Amino acid sequence: MKKFLASTVAASVLALMLGMASVRAEDAVDPNAKQGGAIIVTYKDDVATLDPAIGYDWQNWSMIKSLFDGLMDYEPGTTNLKPDLAESYEIAPDGKTFTFKLRHGVKFHNGREMTADDVKYSLDRVTNPKTQSPGAGFFGSIKGYDDVAAGKAEGLSGVTVVDPYTVKFELTRPDATFLHVMAINFAHVVPKEEVEKYGADFGRHPVGTGAFKLTEWTLGQRLVFERNPDYWHKGLPHLDKITFEIGQEPIVALLRLQKGEVDVLGDVIPPAKFQEVMADPEQKARVVEGGQLQTGYVTMNTTMAPFDNVKVRQAVNMAINKARVVQIINNRAVPANQPLPPSMPGYNKDYKGYPYDVAKAKALLAEAGHPDGFETQLFAMNTDPNPRIAQAIQQDLAAIGIKASIQSLAQANVIAAGGDKAGAPMIWSGGMAWIADFPDPSNFYGPILGCAGAVPGGWNWSWYCNKDLDAKAAEADSVVDPAKAGERYKMWSAIYDKVMEDAPWAPIFNEQRFTLKSARMGGADNLYVDPVHIPINYDNVYVKDVQ
Amino acid sequence: MIDYLGRRLIQSLLILLGVSLITFALLYLLPADPVRQIAGRSATPQTVENIRQQLGLDQPFVVQYWHYLTKLVSGDLGRSYIQRSEVTELIVSRLPASLLLMVGAILCELLIGLSMGLIAAVKRGTATDQTLMVASFVGVSAPQFVVGLLLLYVFAVRLSWFPIGGYGTWRHLVLPSLTMGILGAGWYARMMRSSMIDVLRQDYVRTARAKGLARSAIIFRHALPNAILPVIAMIGIDIGIFMGGIVVVESVFGWPGIGQLAWQAIQRVDIPIIMGVTLVSAFAIVLGNLLADVIAPFIDPRIKLR
Repeated sequence: MKKFLASTVAASVLALMLGMASVRAEDAVDPNAKQGGAIIVTYKDDVATLDPAIGYDWQNWSMIKSLFDGLMDYEPGTTNLKPDLAESYEIAPDGKTFTFKLRHGVKFHNGREMTADDVKYSLDRVTNPKTQSPGAGFFGSIKGYDDVAAGKAEGLSGVTVVDPYTVKFELTRPDATFLHVMAINFAHVVPKEEVEKYGADFGRHPVGTGAFKLTEWTLGQRLVFERNPDYWHKGLPHLDKITFEIGQEPIVALLRLQKGEVDVLGDVIPPAKFQEVMADPEQKARVVEGGQLQTGYVTMNTTMAPFDNVKVRQAVNMAINKARVVQIINNRAVPANQPLPPSMPGYNKDYKGYPYDVAKAKALLAEAGHPDGFETQLFAMNTDPNPRIAQAIQQDLAAIGIKASIQSLAQANVIAAGGDKAGAPMIWSGGMAWIADFPDPSNFYGPILGCAGAVPGGWNWSWYCNKDLDAKAAEADSVVDPAKAGERYKMWSAIYDKVMEDAPWAPIFNEQRFTLKSARMGGADNLYVDPVHIPINYDNVYVKDVQ
Repeated sequence: MIDYLGRRLIQSLLILLGVSLITFALLYLLPADPVRQIAGRSATPQTVENIRQQLGLDQPFVVQYWHYLTKLVSGDLGRSYIQRSEVTELIVSRLPASLLLMVGAILCELLIGLSMGLIAAVKRGTATDQTLMVASFVGVSAPQFVVGLLLLYVFAVRLSWFPIGGYGTWRHLVLPSLTMGILGAGWYARMMRSSMIDVLRQDYVRTARAKGLARSAIIFRHALPNAILPVIAMIGIDIGIFMGGIVVVESVFGWPGIGQLAWQAIQRVDIPIIMGVTLVSAFAIVLGNLLADVIAPFIDPRIKLR
């Protein structure tokens, strides 16, 4: 088989396509970083599990990335792919075979060397229905996935161990997102013997190849990570120890940080205190702001009258004053005009979106046969600031005659209503909004805008299903050649432009993330708002007061 | 006595059974689907169905409840849907913290409530009495979330007398206990006041006064021991109120007890944990009431068990 590109070259090309300089993983260590020291990070909610096949929370996402590694990762603080446990990879010209060469001498925390068998085992495990992994669906393009998912086979026939340092993946379709899939937590490599030893409790006794090891976990109180001295990536991590203190109300965590007891707030700065922090120059200087791969939107159920009329949906898009909604949350977001967030490849900078134009919205509504508006319901999650945002939207809609009553419910109930075809005419997505699993435009389509998600229990709450666009999406994702990434992103931009024409959503804003850190924390700002190692890149940050 | 105990134990078991049935039914009827919480947003319908089957959530209600009960009898509360750990382990690891907080809170409310009530009764009708009663009213009505944050701000942030939240030493215990105690203290102050006033009107107190005993001797040696008994007997009943309070107070102070566990489980529709915490709380309340009733005749001989 003819292979057209070798890995590091491919990564460089891909990185160049993204407009970023290519850096080899080994070179990526900050030369100013100091070694050693310990920090304290707080979180409100418990860490559910540290099993990479299962963990899917705000708190544990980046922790898992520090305990485990995948074949691929991203340059710290960016969305640029780079090989991680893989040293290099090759993609066959048909885009359906990926071959990874593994690094030699990578050791699990238990001292055993990681090999290709572990890679295969980890993927067989995550796709096995018995594992109940929330991420199993990401591996749908691997040959044999359907049999494993249906319980007919124990392992993926498409994953082959060629030799201890080579693993080959065969896919059923060309999949341009496959390298991203190899970088998500669910694809991280676990040692079979430890998984079998702890069984369902592996998530409490994680053993990986990562930069840190878990040394203490007192349930509901704290977790302690200590540096892995045998970490394959020389020079990392910088910190000797991270203590995660759990169960801290964000406002209490902020008070503690202000007293110097805490180094980084894992959760956001509490909204009630946001302006106070930003008004103090000393504190403001320690606030790090970053874009998130997130969009907050209002879905309109395209199968329910009157939202089955595209003019009504367009009218709603024009009726909402997004700038005012952003003000309501203290400007911690930027107004959105399309599904993709600005930091996502494929974002269309030239697209202007629907203007805020009440008169035009009214005219469209009249054209659609509702000159006096209509009554409907707007569902929203019941935690602040979502009810306030819903009220602002409600007022904007009232201005064009749409009387929307707000259904403010617990998260799980809103999700349930959205997954029911006759459940919710409109939903404000805040608190449940789509945060990308990986930085690729396709990630915002399939489950939330594609036909596959428009099923009972699905996440496509506007029940928008455009078969033509589905075909275009499949076509875009079959462009696997990294050299053609730019072309592929253009195809995706066109898809989202078309989505906006049909207006199943009214995109409202893209949230900005604000993290507060103590004065002793060092490292580039983008490590504290890392778009992939959410929320913080623990491996690369350091403290300035050591040595 | 044995008869009475046996009867009460059977009653208690029936109550617990009822609690388990009602909670289980309510969670079953919830429109939110726990399987979708587990399966996540990228799951295919097949993955969702697989998980539903493995957890037995595709079975009819009666079958599900029966499975739960049979496991419960052997002490197995199941595994958390989200954390995947044994619910028993999760609860056992957090129970000591909640019990400690409860002891601290009871001490606080007795200390504050009883002394307030005592002073108010002795100074009955004066400005002191009125001030104390208003204060007790505020204590009863103030939301614990606000009281907790206020105490934190004043005593931990401003004065640095106590740590800002957390768990470990006696100093960590003071502010959360106080927050929980202030609510109960209000009730106890009112009860203590009326009980004390009642006792101070009794003939034997009048006799003591006629004998020319010192005022302090009358209050502390004759009146107080009698007035305090019915109030103390209330502690058992208090446990129910505590169980409600810990959810808020533990969250404010980062106290690693079962209240926090319950709160997070409710948000994630983690049914096994919700069931487990509900049953443990119900057990504590039933036990508290039972103990209060059994102990009552020993501290107040006028009460008879029947």
